[in-house]
Amino acid sequence: MKLDAVTVNMLKTGIWESFYMTALSSLFAYIIGLPLGIVLVVTDEGGIRPVPWLQKILGVAINLLRSVPFLILLFIALPLSKIVIGTRIGSPAIIIPLTIAAAPYVARVVESSFRELDAGVIEAAQSMGASTWQIIWKVLLPESKPSLLLGAALAVTTILSYSAMAGFTGGGGLGAIAINYGYYRYEPFLMWVSVVLLVVMVQIIQEAGNRLSRKSDKRIR
Amino acid sequence: METPIIRIVDLGKEFKTANGSVRALQGINLEVSAGEIFGIIGLSGAGKSTLVRCINYLETPTEGDVIFEGQSMAAMTDAQRRRARQSMGMIFQQFNLLAQRNVIRNVCFPLELTGVPKKKARERGMELLETVGLKDRALAYPAQLSGGQKQRVAIARALATNPKVILCDEATSALDPNTTKQILELLKEINRTLGVTVIVITHEMAVIEAICDRVAIIDQSRIAEVGAVSEIFLNPQSAIGRKLIMGEAAQRPAGGSGSGRSIRILFDGRESAEPIISNMVLACRAPVNIMYAATRDIQGKAMGQMVVQLPADEADAERVIDYLDSIKIPYEEADGYEA
Repeated sequence: MKLDAVTVNMLKTGIWESFYMTALSSLFAYIIGLPLGIVLVVTDEGGIRPVPWLQKILGVAINLLRSVPFLILLFIALPLSKIVIGTRIGSPAIIIPLTIAAAPYVARVVESSFRELDAGVIEAAQSMGASTWQIIWKVLLPESKPSLLLGAALAVTTILSYSAMAGFTGGGGLGAIAINYGYYRYEPFLMWVSVVLLVVMVQIIQEAGNRLSRKSDKRIR
Repeated sequence: METPIIRIVDLGKEFKTANGSVRALQGINLEVSAGEIFGIIGLSGAGKSTLVRCINYLETPTEGDVIFEGQSMAAMTDAQRRRARQSMGMIFQQFNLLAQRNVIRNVCFPLELTGVPKKKARERGMELLETVGLKDRALAYPAQLSGGQKQRVAIARALATNPKVILCDEATSALDPNTTKQILELLKEINRTLGVTVIVITHEMAVIEAICDRVAIIDQSRIAEVGAVSEIFLNPQSAIGRKLIMGEAAQRPAGGSGSGRSIRILFDGRESAEPIISNMVLACRAPVNIMYAATRDIQGKAMGQMVVQLPADEADAERVIDYLDSIKIPYEEADGYEA
């Protein structure tokens, strides 16, 4: 097996598909997960707006979703893809299960970033008469930014590795190439090329996250 | 005395924990006058930090009320309380600056919360930075500042909304003695020039002596005593008051070669020119052992106290006592100081 033009084109398509599946799923996962993470912290006992029952229910729901293996969640959620996207096969269809799997994960990652924040800073904002919304927008989010960016690198790389399972639902991407060509047709060369490309993508995402985080952090002199 | 700006009425606070409830404050009644520097001192765990948080309702008291400028904080809605807090600046032991914002944006933060236009806020911010002597560090980030500088930024930030009161929660406890002095001087200056009432929470008597007009001593969730600093320093009524003022000396059992009988001599500022102890020793021809001595300048008067151990010989001891009586200097037996 050589890297002929057809194969290279296939790999290029694979990279693009992996990229957009990951990017869109990450985007949607954050749209859902970030507010959930905020609610988890804000409504906690001792939070800025304690609503312990809501916090508990949300916590249990998130744990439940997170404990379902992704491969199973993938098949359970595909009917939903049919409704939302109009198809249950191919790369776009996997965005729905990916988002469902990643959102609770993102919520936990975001929650832990917020919990790193010094409670004294929030207390100071309260002492100045800040409202709950003001504390969220002007303290919680900006003060946690470096940690949120690191968390995002973690979340996005996890979503990328999940997206590799798109092969099981007729979706594309590098993971599908690795499985379809490398595993089913026994072409280890192509499998390894796909895996290496995935490794490179993970490296790029992680490194970008690290750098953005460091650059944005004003605590470093 | 002026009208009280803050009145704390029968205030109590109980924390519910897994192991039952814990009483942090009980039956607190205090009045703070507009324009004064009021100190609240106590050992750690006495409840003083909880008390200061009850004043601006960062902690909601479980009993009683705080009357701020005639308004009941207990009766206020959340929004009204937030507005009241804008009239009460607060500074903290750990400064609590926003680490991701530079100095000027930290100072402007409370103005941003109240919707002051950016340009106007910035002007006000620079003005305040000038007041605290940090105008040239406006664009620095908190991580680039020393502890004292951070506290100056925090003070500027607390002043941004033109508060009537500034609450200082152990504001100098993380600073070295020199910086502490500078920060206290700054607070005093702000009090004098802007007329802002300052409430100082501390565990250090030196802080109280340096800037406070009046002080409340808090012990085991209750107020042990309240009064002018000069009075309390001279003649503490409570065991905890003696302990805080005299420190270790109040507890140390009398040792050495003497009889074990000690007396505490009080200097109330009038006798400062006269060498009392020297004269006493010369007149009585009896040596005394000085266990503890401290004189301080409190509001321009030399205040002080000294614990001396009387000679072992009963007759010598009596002569010393008689001498002190004859020159009419206040003293008391110091044996009861094991607080």
